[in-house]
Amino acid sequence: MFPFSFEWAWDMGHVIFFGGFWYAISILGAGMTFCILKAAWDTMNDSGESGH
Amino acid sequence: MDSALISEGAKRCSFPKFTIGIAIVGAVLLWGVYAMFLCWFKGLNQTNMNDYYGFALWIWADLAVIAVGGGAFFTGLLKYIFKIDELKNIINFAVIIGFICYSSALLILAIDIGQPLRGWFIFWHANVHSMLTEVAFCLSAYFAVLTIEFIPNILENRQANKVPFFHHLAHNMHGVMAVFAATGAFLSFFHQGSLGGVAGVMFARPFAVREGLLIWPWTFFLFTWSAAAFGPCFTLLVTKITETVTGKKLVKDNVVHLLAKISGWMIVTYIIAKIIDTIYWATVTAPSLGFSLSHFYTNNSFYGYWILITEIVLCGVVPGAILIMKSTRENPTLRLIAVILGTIGVCLNRWVMVLQIMAVPVMSFDTWALYFPSWQEIATTVLPVAYGIILISITYRYLPVFPQENELNYPVEVEPVTEAE
Repeated sequence: MFPFSFEWAWDMGHVIFFGGFWYAISILGAGMTFCILKAAWDTMNDSGESGH
Repeated sequence: MDSALISEGAKRCSFPKFTIGIAIVGAVLLWGVYAMFLCWFKGLNQTNMNDYYGFALWIWADLAVIAVGGGAFFTGLLKYIFKIDELKNIINFAVIIGFICYSSALLILAIDIGQPLRGWFIFWHANVHSMLTEVAFCLSAYFAVLTIEFIPNILENRQANKVPFFHHLAHNMHGVMAVFAATGAFLSFFHQGSLGGVAGVMFARPFAVREGLLIWPWTFFLFTWSAAAFGPCFTLLVTKITETVTGKKLVKDNVVHLLAKISGWMIVTYIIAKIIDTIYWATVTAPSLGFSLSHFYTNNSFYGYWILITEIVLCGVVPGAILIMKSTRENPTLRLIAVILGTIGVCLNRWVMVLQIMAVPVMSFDTWALYFPSWQEIATTVLPVAYGIILISITYRYLPVFPQENELNYPVEVEPVTEAE
């Protein structure tokens, strides 16, 4: 799962599978981090203007 | 009693009536949970799986719920990437249905692997040569996407939304939802496809094996395509059931017609590809492996040509034809028949690609191996249905799932304007 796991090999299979997996997880993690931080920022500077 | 939690302006049944309904479905749920614990504590000897059926009812249920749950990724793709704005009125419900389907799929897998405590091995000790590893990765990651897509709807609960942080979080998540939807579409394309790919690469099973493009057999593309085609049918079907149970109109006709039309064209294009694939397999692939078509559909008491005709014609061509023609699509009865047939069709396709594959004899001394699931398998397969009903009931009661509900059911009375004004 990680390059420091004993089964890890720098071959095409590991790079494609785990590359895709970590790519997707990174996008989700970055997206949620952004939303949470911005929500905290907006809450601290609440102008009461947001809505959807 | 719980009126403070119910969306403003929405009318719901009394709390005792709601509780009784949940308790009835909850009894079915507990039956499934009991069977689940039997499987976990006593092992897979509780099932009727054997050397012929390493994949059985659970894997069919898994593939079926993933296929019908495809409505979430496809509707999300249409709404957030292709900017079809009308679908905002049904996207919440599509996401909830997808969330139920995918959490059910993961639950079934947790039972099916026999040793749930080792479930994480598929990530930690991944076999990077297996399509099922790709399925596990994409399935888990896509479930995370569905959870993220579901969260804003939960935060829009009347009480939760009063908390400023939750209010802002929901707003911000809506703002970047296109990114999550695009990631979801990417993940869905691969895990839906790989579920089909698993069947297509089974060279020892002439009923399933297909040629294809590079490393992907045609079943890879057919599975993704069918999930995108029939998933919206299931969304429309569950919407219709919810409308019937609640006695309310929840989504405007133009939204339903649009999704039905898109689904119809997807079904038609899919079914043409499926027919071509079937003809090529029957006339080229199977004969090249020493088998004739009749070998797969005769000399047994269950799998006849009827299943092929039912899947492709009755549950493929017919719903496709109904949904692409305006006159039939806009007829509520015919549309309901089409979405029911479509849902049955994709489930039947998954049945064939999981269970008929196992049943067909492959050796000259072999015979057909038919199988009937144990009650524990049936109970654990009914479990997600009960869970789904409960979750839909709770979300419908407490969350603003249908943006058009108030407008359709409780129109605001406008006072007549007098001449003096």
